[in-house]
Amino acid sequence: MTVGLFFTEEHEMLRKSIREFAEKELAPHAEEWEEQGGFPDWVFTRMGELGYLGLHYPEEYGGGGGDYFCNIVLAEELARSGSGSVNMAVAVQVGMATPPILAFGTEEQKQKYLVPAIKGEKIACLGITEPNAGSDVASIQTYAEKVPGGWKVNGNKIFITNGARAHFMTLLARTEKTKGYKGMSVFLVDTDTPGFVVNRKLDKVGMRASDTAEIFFEDMFIPEDALLGEEGRGFYNIMWELQGERLIGAAAAIGGARLTLESVIEYTKERVQFGKPICKNQAIAHRIADLATKIEAAQSLVYICAWKFDHGEYPVKEISMAKLMAAQVAFEVADEALQFMGGYGYMMEYPVQRAWRDARLGRIGGGTDEIMREIIATTMGLYA
Amino acid sequence: MNLVVCVKRVPDTAESEVHIDASGKDIDKSRLSFGINECDNYAVEEAIQIKERLGGTVTVISLGPKENDEVIRMALAKGGDEAIRLEDEAFDGGDGFAVAKALAAAIKGLEFDIVFTGALADDDGYAVVPAALGELLGVPHATYVKKVEILEDGKRAKVGRELEGGLLEFLEIELPCVLGIQTGINEPRYASFKGIKQAAKKEIAIKSAADLGLDPSEVGESGSWAVLEKFTPPVVGEMAEILEGDPEETAAKLAAILKEKGLV
Repeated sequence: MTVGLFFTEEHEMLRKSIREFAEKELAPHAEEWEEQGGFPDWVFTRMGELGYLGLHYPEEYGGGGGDYFCNIVLAEELARSGSGSVNMAVAVQVGMATPPILAFGTEEQKQKYLVPAIKGEKIACLGITEPNAGSDVASIQTYAEKVPGGWKVNGNKIFITNGARAHFMTLLARTEKTKGYKGMSVFLVDTDTPGFVVNRKLDKVGMRASDTAEIFFEDMFIPEDALLGEEGRGFYNIMWELQGERLIGAAAAIGGARLTLESVIEYTKERVQFGKPICKNQAIAHRIADLATKIEAAQSLVYICAWKFDHGEYPVKEISMAKLMAAQVAFEVADEALQFMGGYGYMMEYPVQRAWRDARLGRIGGGTDEIMREIIATTMGLYA
Repeated sequence: MNLVVCVKRVPDTAESEVHIDASGKDIDKSRLSFGINECDNYAVEEAIQIKERLGGTVTVISLGPKENDEVIRMALAKGGDEAIRLEDEAFDGGDGFAVAKALAAAIKGLEFDIVFTGALADDDGYAVVPAALGELLGVPHATYVKKVEILEDGKRAKVGRELEGGLLEFLEIELPCVLGIQTGINEPRYASFKGIKQAAKKEIAIKSAADLGLDPSEVGESGSWAVLEKFTPPVVGEMAEILEGDPEETAAKLAAILKEKGLV
């Protein structure tokens, strides 16, 4: 593929292995997991065994010692499972809930949470979003009150991926009764702590094989050593990683778009109407050409941002552009694919509807299209 | 156990349209993806599993250009120890026998207990290499192998060969030997990232015909017993008769034909 420019031979071998794994061990279950509204824990342990949950983590914690592009490869190839849900759950495990542990954790915290998370033995979730604090993270209200020996937490979190079955949560809570970005702290919370209540598993339009929960904290006591990083620095310690995660989300979206486009191209070659395969109609062929072009453009932008990010740059504007574009292209591809399939595309028995429902989240999760545009406009100085 | 496994890189034609190229002697491979021959993937796994059980080394050998390194490295990533690639223009156009001669020359220089190959290749399907290799090395051979058990003395193996209808024929075979492995004998693993990183550091020894002490006339097209003449698509229609009419009519016609030919 692109060996030499962004990817090494190792990356390409990794790509091949993950693709094979996704196509053989995951894809055959995609529909079944969708219907069940969840996928089994063995997906985590199996991926842990293969080293796929810690590609970029240091070897001393059981990781692979790889670079950022390893996780791009992971996101692109897990998309071959045909289940956006699995890819999203893994992204939360690998790229959202655990990086702060490596960055700010004590050795004990790394041994207790990071090591088993890399093995797939502990499932992680990230607790930021609240009913009244979505894009506006600074408005979170969950409050951790300092009490003798630790903290007492009250509040609630919503749309928590992996939330119904996680073993621990990387939790963002307010530790001072101030407003705004200051006075927040991050905690590592075992989900079996008394007062950690999974209120309900949410019923979603897509990504149905991923469990998404609403969680309540009711006088939940957590000890001193649950604090991750410095007290009061929580917002900054959590938000720094969001850029990297947006790129992973963009890579996953493009991986999914590629799979969807490949399958619908096969369909348009086989589907004969008016005496010829429908792909031989310019009305279809040119649109496929457009979609392929958009995928390529979005992917190039993701790769260039990933390269900058991996080299220590922090290109917030470009990453927001990549995330915005990838999410829109992925949904457009799924929507057009459904259109090319006509009545069959609208039927639940074909996987294109799942891709369509899954891809729709890309424009909302990890920062909405609107927030991406807002970041781009702001960094362009339009509001200055 | 010193184990050798021979692997071939082939185009994936299972889910692609295949067209004959302008030379008429090959297919157009420009839009095909390539990978390890399916049987060979199982052969690699079998060799690695035996090594893991009994110790020893696995040497991976492949004949072909630099592109073959990808299948070699993947075998190394899964647990192979050493690798040799046979590359020489003189090897071009060889049939299964000529390929076996080159492989045999490379293997003769090694200590080996078992040489594994795939039972047949996905692209040409000759299934010649395991038997020819056994003969050239002067050791026993068995192919379509779906079970391998090393006996306690370490000098013999019990080998199950797959026959029609899934029957297994069991033989006791003396080591060293050559085994042509059939798909389904095991479950090929996925390369772990650790394995991939280690494989990237391993050296692949490149050997030419001269390195192996082979004269160019012995290998490749000139050293082959069979030379590829041309590919043709199957001729359609000559033997086929399309019955027309409504279902009742066509059924009656079909019954009449079957009766006439004495088939029912």
